[in-house]
This record gives sequence, C-alpha cells and structure tokens, in this order.
Amino acid sequence: MNATIFNREPKTQTKNRIHPQKFALWIACASIVMMFVGFTSAFVVRRAAGNWLEFDLPNLFFWNAGLIVLTSLVLHFSKVTFRNGDFTKYKSLLVIGALMGLGFVVLQYEAWIEMTNNGIFMTGNPAGSFVYVISGVHAAHVLGGLVALTAALIHAFSLKNFVTPQRIHRLDLTVTYWHFVGLLWLYLIFFLVLNS
Amino acid sequence: MATITTTKISETDLLIEEYGYDDHFHEHHDEDKFQSGFITTYIFSQDHKMIAKQFLITGMFWGVMGAMMSLVFRMQLGFPEESLMWLKPILGKWITVADGVGTLAPEFYYALVTIHGTVIVFFVLTAGLSGTFSNLLIPLQVGARDMASPLLNMLSYWFFFLAGAIMFASLFLSTGPFSGGWTAYPPLSALSQASAGSGAGMTMWTVSLVFFVVSVLLGGINYVTTVLNLRTKGMTMWRLPLTIWAFFITAILGILSFPVLVSAFFLLMCDRALQTSFFLSEIFVGGQALEHVGGSPILYQHLFWFLGHPEVYIIILPAMGIVSEVLSVHARKPIFGYRAMVYSILAIAFLSFIVWAHHMFMSGVNPFISNFFVIFTLIIAVPSAVKVFNWIATLYGGNIRFNAASLFSIGFVSMFISGGLTGIFLGNSAIDIQMHDTYFVVAHFHIVMGVAAFFGMFAGVYHWFPKMYARFMNETLGRIHFWGTLIGAYAVFWPMHYLGMAGVPRRYYSFDTFENFSHFANINKFITIAAVVVFALQVLFIINFFYSIFKGKKVTSRNPWGANTLEWTTPIEAGHGNWPGKIPAVQRWAYDYGKDGKDFISQIIPLSDGEKDNGDH
Repeated sequence: MNATIFNREPKTQTKNRIHPQKFALWIACASIVMMFVGFTSAFVVRRAAGNWLEFDLPNLFFWNAGLIVLTSLVLHFSKVTFRNGDFTKYKSLLVIGALMGLGFVVLQYEAWIEMTNNGIFMTGNPAGSFVYVISGVHAAHVLGGLVALTAALIHAFSLKNFVTPQRIHRLDLTVTYWHFVGLLWLYLIFFLVLNS
Repeated sequence: MATITTTKISETDLLIEEYGYDDHFHEHHDEDKFQSGFITTYIFSQDHKMIAKQFLITGMFWGVMGAMMSLVFRMQLGFPEESLMWLKPILGKWITVADGVGTLAPEFYYALVTIHGTVIVFFVLTAGLSGTFSNLLIPLQVGARDMASPLLNMLSYWFFFLAGAIMFASLFLSTGPFSGGWTAYPPLSALSQASAGSGAGMTMWTVSLVFFVVSVLLGGINYVTTVLNLRTKGMTMWRLPLTIWAFFITAILGILSFPVLVSAFFLLMCDRALQTSFFLSEIFVGGQALEHVGGSPILYQHLFWFLGHPEVYIIILPAMGIVSEVLSVHARKPIFGYRAMVYSILAIAFLSFIVWAHHMFMSGVNPFISNFFVIFTLIIAVPSAVKVFNWIATLYGGNIRFNAASLFSIGFVSMFISGGLTGIFLGNSAIDIQMHDTYFVVAHFHIVMGVAAFFGMFAGVYHWFPKMYARFMNETLGRIHFWGTLIGAYAVFWPMHYLGMAGVPRRYYSFDTFENFSHFANINKFITIAAVVVFALQVLFIINFFYSIFKGKKVTSRNPWGANTLEWTTPIEAGHGNWPGKIPAVQRWAYDYGKDGKDFISQIIPLSDGEKDNGDH
C-alpha cells in the first residue's frame, strides 16, 4: 500500500478513531465478502436443487487453513517487532511470512491437482466447479495480498532502519489484509465442510 | 444590491476565519500535482470538482447514445412499414434493403434494446448521476478539501471511461453488440452460438461491466470514507444535508450489491469460456445437444437481481437527495421531516436487499416464496410515501421560486408518484401474471426510475451549474426544456400502460402476426412522435449546457440561490482545496430557511443565545 494514495491525515475532523485508509480497507473487505456471499449462496441454492455430486475435499485445503493462520501470526509478530524497533526479527519474520503466503498459493494449486486426480474437474457437475471457483477466486485475493507483501518487503530492505508512524501504518494495512484473506479462507473451508 | 453582496462575502470570510478549522492545507505544496498543467487539470485530474464534470459530460454522451438507440427502435415500433434507408449511412448492414425499402435487422433491434438499457442504467443513471453529484457535493457539503483518496477517485472515473470505451467498441463488431437484454440472462448470454451478439458482443459487454463495477467500488469506498471521516468540525451526521445522506447510502448499496453481480458474471464467464454448467442445463442448439448438464438459469437471475434491485435505488436515491435539497432551497422552507427523510432512505436501502425475487415471479419461483417478496415489496411503499408526503409538505405554503431547477424537482415528485403507484400493481405476484413482460412494466420503470431519475439529474445540473462553471444556464431554455420534457415524457410512457394492460409484450420487434394488437398501431405512432420531440428537447438542454459553460450569465455572488450549505461559502471559482483559507466550521443544520424572520441562515453562522439547532437534538 502506497501511503500517498490517501490523504495522509484526517485533515478536517478532530476526533478520528480510525485512519481513513484503514477504514477504506475494511469497506473494500466488506465488498469482497459480499462477492463470496454471492458464491456461497449460489452454492447453497444450487445444491438444494439436487443432482449434486458429493465428494471429499482435498486434505490440503485443511492443512492450508492452518498454514494461513500461521502466516497471519508470523506477520503479526513482524509488525510487533517492527514497532519495537527490532529490525532483524522484523525483516526475517516478514520474509518467512511472505514465503508461507507463497506456499499457501502453491499448496492450493496442489490441492486442485489432487481434486483432478480424484476425478473432480472444473467442468462436469457444478459441485466441483463451485469448489474450484470459490478456492480460485480466494487464491486470486491471496495473490493480491502477496503483491502487497512484496511491496512491504521492498520497503523493509530498501528503506533505512527507522520506525515512523507512516511505516507502521503501511505495514498495518498489509497485515490487516492478510488477516482478512486468512479469515475468509477459514470461513470458506468451514462453509464447504458444512455443506458436504 | 452590489454593496449588500460585498458585505455578505466578507461576512462569510470572517465567519470562516473566526470559527473555521486550520488544517495547514495551503502550507503543503502538494497542490501542484493537482492543477499544474493541462493534463493534470482537465484529463488525469485528481480534483473532485473536475472529476464530477468528467462524469457528467461522459454521462451526457452516453445519454445521447442511449436516447438515439431508443429512437431507432421506436421508429421500428411506430412506423414498421416506413423505409429506414436514411439510416443506412449510419447503421450500414443492420438496415437490410429489399425492393429499395430499408428495414431494421431484427437482431440489431434486440441489440439496440439491450445496449439502450445497459448504458442508461449503468453509464448514465449510475455513473452520470451519483458519480457526478457525489463527487461534486460530498467534499463541498461536508467541508473537506477533497475526497479521502483523490487518486482512487481519479481511477474511478478512468475505469468508467474504459468500461464505456469497450462498450462503444462492441457496437462496431461485425456480429453486433450483445443482444440478449440488459439483464443478460443465460442461456442467451452464456452460449456464444445462441445469437449473433452472444459471441464477441457478450464478451465485451461483460468485460465492460466488470470495469464499471471496479469504478463503482472505487468511487463508493471513497464516498463512504469521506462522509464518515472527513466531515468538518461541527458537521455531525444529523447536520448533513439530505444530498449527502442519499449519496452515502447509495454508495453503501453499491459496495454491498455490485460484488454479487461480479460473482454472477464470473460464473457466467466460466460457463462461456471453461465449459462449466453453473447456469446451463440440457440445452439443444440447432438440433444438437450440448454437454452442459446440471446448471440452473434461475440461479443467475437470483444473483443478478440481488444487485439489480438495489441498483434501482442506487439510481433513485441520489435523485431523491438532490430533489430534497433543491426543493427546500427554492421553496425557502426547511425540508419537512428531515429525520423522517433520513430514516426513510435507510428503510428503502434495507428493504431493497430483500425484494429481488419480485423480478422473477413468473420464472418458476415457488409461489409461497413469492408471498414473502410481495409483502416486502409493498412495504417499500411506506418509506416512499413518507418521502413524497414530505416533499409536498415542504412545498406547501412555501415562497416557491419557480425556476428550471425547482420545476424539475417538482416534476420528479410527479413522476415518482405516477411511476410508484404502478409499482404497487407489479409488486403483486397475482397481478404480475397478467402484467409481466408487457409494456405496463416498461411504462412503470421508465417513469419511476428513468424519467424521475433524469429529472433529479436535471434539477441538480441547473441548481449546481453555477458552482461547477461559475455561470448560470439559460433560464428560458431551461423552462422550455422542463415543460416539454414533462408533457413529452408522459406522452411517451402513459399510453404504454394501456398497451400493457391489453397484454402487448415488451421487447417484440414486430406485432404484424398479432391481429389483436393491430389497433395499437396508432398509439405506437403517437409514442414514437412524442419520443422524437422529447429527444429534440434534450438536444436543447445540451446546447444550453455547453453554450452556458462559455457564454452563460456570470455568477456575481458566492451564494446565488441563498442556500445554507457549505458549497456556497467557497469562492465563486473554487480552486483545489475548495476554501482558500481555513475550512469553515458548521454550527447548525442545513435547513434554516425562514427562521426568526431571516430568509436563510448559512450553516456556518453560530447559533444565537438560547437558539436550538433543528438537526441535533
């Protein structure tokens, strides 16, 4: 997140409990949630109509739920250590977090391979198509998070070791988005388990 | 007169200087990136006022496009026997010639109907209306320097522009633009072999609308953040003008409903490109069975209308907000029932999410489920009636200034009542058995959300033109525009109710095989002639608009309408940052007209001793 995107400070109002950028991020998350509400309610309606293939979700989906929670934790501590000025820990945690995030996407891909090996394809019964679409669109949002993490990595290694409110804020936005995509995957996996 | 004006100006400046909030805005030197050269000022502008003008003029372009399309298909409906050879230079191969008589190609008729609906709903009445006025008025009326994110705001416009460019390009495809109706129901939208426009035309249509949704979301995130975070000192939520309430709720509706449309489009794209079967099942095309099995086209309708219904309120709420403000200013009276107005906006917004299936009563939805949707649909009449009552009560006993802006606002109320009443018919699933897919529906939605929303937009343009261009639009032409459009629009859409009650189906290219509809031929001629006249009047409006930008009567005082809201405390030609010095602080609600013997009391004037603010309680 580039800080110049938003006016730096709430210039006019005296009592702002939340930074406008973070607020805007939450609204953006709400709109992403609505898209998945669209997918999952379509899933429910279509499943209720019958002619629905029941199959086991790939195990990797569950391992990945754990992985993305751990990623969130690592990134959270990266933020905490940055705030405390511990730059070695901050940078290494950020690198580990980014690698774990990348790992998530790679393992999701492996999960799709596992599904095709079990005879569940993108085409065919919509039950399978839905799982591909839901996990695929989610993975696209994780990729967006990886882009933000890459920007955070560039900042971490190109800027001098100073703690500024501006940098705390940027990192906070990136990490918040990661928490969001993590929670989203937990919801989705919970939803898929509940409906199979 | 001149001296009075001068004292007013200095009084405004003094008030801002004394009570205003100093944000050290002009000490930053980042204004340069906003208005330093031609490109940053007029093209890739990050100033909300310029972006508003960009939205407005692009919206006007699409308004003309959509209206011209309607004229072509009205020619077909009103004068099916006449030769359309004279359109051949423009439409080319879509006019087929036999024995020297040019006829509109049926597939292009459907394309025209489809693109007319798409561009009017999305490009004109969503982007052109809420894009224009949310951008212009939110920062000015809440007392902010600009939007929370000028950059995202600029991107919002340019995504809209891109969406428009793609849609425009699709008109020139050899197979024609998409022709399956603006709702893009599968299978017509899902199978490229279904019709000529279902191939490349539909692909471009979908891509265009996805970019459009991006534009709406970027805009909406900005509007909501700005309203909630960048209000000036003293501007509590209950002191916001009703325009801002309307834009704010509209933005929330967009943020919650457009992503669902994207999910529908995404599944549709998968069906089109990846051979999935979300919306397709057991289909034969040209005698051949397709491989798609197990999908449900009704599912698409549910997802589409989950956006589609809030979308009609995304269109009408900004118009309602504009009308509330304009009526109050020109009736020189406080808006009647300010809080009731806000609560009714909230109620309409909430209800808009639980009525979508009333668009699908006849698509095989369980009648018991329909009951639920009937009830909530009819409940919308309650907050709508509250608003209508309040507008009329605002006018009652007012010292009304009849000018183009206020006339269009009053016209809006008339249209909203006429169109709203037929909504009560259509909201009943039993009556819908007869009325569905007839011209009754066409009449209903054109009056209640087409013409009415346009009237709100015109009211806004005439009212805020002095703020946009520091000049007035020509008042005489404005009144001719109003009276002609009011009478003409009723002449176009009123007769359609009778057609619809008799069962004439909408979207038909020709009725020559239906003997029982043949006696409507003259009504159809009448409608077409009225449509041509109404279009001519809109051309008059456009001439007036562009002429007035350069040659209109100059605005000589900051506050030409004697209005209370903050946009009229800025200099006549406000630069980037809107106020040259401090930001004004707000002391009272926006509707102190005719209070304590004063004609109006601006929001920046402090409450006198013992005076109670009518907004906050």
